Amino acid sequence: MAEGTIHNKDAFLNRIADKLGRKQSEVVALPAWKHQPQWSVFEDASSDDLLAAFCKSSTAKSVFVKETELANLRETLEEVIKKHGGGPIVTTKDARFSEYGLEQLFSDPETHIWNAALGRRNVELAKQANIGVIFSDISLAESGTIVQFNDRDIARSVSLLPVVYVAIIPKSTIVPRMTQATQLVHGLVKSGKELSTCINFISGPSNSADIEMDIVIGVHGPVEAVHIVVTDK
Amino acid sequence: MPMKIGEQPFFDRVDEALENDFMRTAMASAQDRLRGRKLDATVNDEQIGDWEEWRSAGEEIRRHTLENLDFYLNQLSENFSKRGGHVYFAETAEDATRYIQEVAKRKNAKKITKAKSMVTEEIGLNEALEEIGCQVYETDLAEYILQIDDHDRPSHIVVPSLHKNKEQIRDTFRDKAGYTGTEEPRELTAFARSQLREVFLEADIGVTGCNFAVAESGTISLVTNEGNANMVTTYPETQISVMGMERLVPTWKELDVMVNLLSRSAVGQKITTYITNLTPQLEENSVDAPKEFHLVILDAGRSNALGTEFQSALHCIRCAACVNVCPVYRQIGGHAYGSIYQGPIGAVLSPILGGYEDYGELPFASSLCAACSEACPVRIPLHEQLIRHREIYVAQKGKVSEKLAMKAFGIGASTPSLFQGAVKGMPAIMKPFVKNDSISSGPGPMKLWTSIRDFPSPEQNNFRSWFKHHKDGGDS
Repeated sequence: MAEGTIHNKDAFLNRIADKLGRKQSEVVALPAWKHQPQWSVFEDASSDDLLAAFCKSSTAKSVFVKETELANLRETLEEVIKKHGGGPIVTTKDARFSEYGLEQLFSDPETHIWNAALGRRNVELAKQANIGVIFSDISLAESGTIVQFNDRDIARSVSLLPVVYVAIIPKSTIVPRMTQATQLVHGLVKSGKELSTCINFISGPSNSADIEMDIVIGVHGPVEAVHIVVTDK
Repeated sequence: MPMKIGEQPFFDRVDEALENDFMRTAMASAQDRLRGRKLDATVNDEQIGDWEEWRSAGEEIRRHTLENLDFYLNQLSENFSKRGGHVYFAETAEDATRYIQEVAKRKNAKKITKAKSMVTEEIGLNEALEEIGCQVYETDLAEYILQIDDHDRPSHIVVPSLHKNKEQIRDTFRDKAGYTGTEEPRELTAFARSQLREVFLEADIGVTGCNFAVAESGTISLVTNEGNANMVTTYPETQISVMGMERLVPTWKELDVMVNLLSRSAVGQKITTYITNLTPQLEENSVDAPKEFHLVILDAGRSNALGTEFQSALHCIRCAACVNVCPVYRQIGGHAYGSIYQGPIGAVLSPILGGYEDYGELPFASSLCAACSEACPVRIPLHEQLIRHREIYVAQKGKVSEKLAMKAFGIGASTPSLFQGAVKGMPAIMKPFVKNDSISSGPGPMKLWTSIRDFPSPEQNNFRSWFKHHKDGGDS
């Protein structure tokens, strides 16, 4: 991809440096922060403690939560889909669906698996879908948040346009809080890995409190959310 | 200047606000609720540990970032452009709007969707885009309400339509958008959703602000609840994000702390529904990501604070925690400030960004109780900065009579014999104004005070004479 452009940088930064009473800084080392309370949250929690906290936090954010073992995942997902109004369904193009034994379920002609080659047709189908099914890449116990690293296959639309999003949460993806997730991304940046165009932290259905501070669920994004936590294979 | 709300003098705006009973009740109720939620998510949340430790972490990060602002802005712009994004450093609001107009013209854009952002409000971006024939759609529910209500202005940084009740919103929807439903918030919200659904998918350009930019990766982070910012940044082919030059963090690790301080302080949530982190496009064949990404980094007066006693005002993360505890904002609401930035932080920031001519009176809209400084998650000493603004304003703009009075007071207060004489003589001087042991209509500088409340009459027995008598063994 071609590099972008930068306009007016030197004059702008020189003015800042001048106001700060020095020349432009060429090297700045990040200090060792004196205060780091974030690392103490759930410091000694076991994976079961984190799972319990994740489920509790998800429920507090108006998310329906199901726990299941891998052997029952397909059945559980079918139940969830039925309970929340059935198809049409849209999913990301994700090898994990096959790894978790869900390929057969999505062979249904009513299900659209994201296919970048079809261009904007994908968006039309996602808009018409009742349910979008995705995997969580990192899951935050403290806030019941799922994290998605979106790209051309793990499309943003799947969690955004349908009425309901259903996220499959492998138990091993649950970490204490945002601290661990951002640490991981920081590590990716430091090692020179390319970042996804969108790293999306999602905590339940969209909501607003803009009218007399009355919280209304489902504004522009999904109206319902389901987290299916699955014991890893 | 777009930052300015109305042309009325400050005290006229205050008088108008004090007569608006609905607005005052709404502000008080919103303050109580937002403050309660914040307390539950901060000092009362045992899970996160010591909230003061979090505030110190925030202060430490913000101070380091601002002290090295040029370095991190350079790093941000290099990383953003390396990934294909375009960066424009804008010294003024006009520079920023001109650049965005040029992009819109080049893209032949007609429809533009916008997510809520104070900085685009500050530079008058909607007006600039409408000037070149674009149709701009505000998509945040509150901003949508304000926009269709003849471009009303925000009255709160986080909850911009706080001054309107649901009946007023129903009437606006009915009169301006053909709504036929009730005043029920769910129904009103569903109507806004249906109105904007197709617009999101058809827009040529999506515009956002920026809660934080991550220097190490060239990432723009948006902290939201509604999902509209995700829509705005997913479907249009071109995305433009505008950020105040101070809104950045060095790395993703600091983003964690700042997002948590913002979510908890602003709306009392551990984390908002969406934290959307956008880095310019990596794969040109993605279907639902912008193909072109512009970042406009704005000074517009912010550098006036650098290297001065006001530098820490730039640490602000726009959570409005200070607004939600301010006893003055509670009474006069957001519009009375005459600036899109209201409350204590507005009274500190507005004179920095827009000068004392337009905003020099705002620092006087404070009781100096320091509740704002206590509430600030990044420990900006707001009440101290308000006092400093007052000093500068009086030195620069104060009336000659006021300056002479202050000078005379200075001489009197620093000369013991004059001070004692004034204290002893005060009861006699004020006697004509005293009625029932209080002054209801005082002269000169007391006039404004006593037009609202009574002033206690000066005591015959002043402290020094009491103390002398007490020391000599008399009764207290």
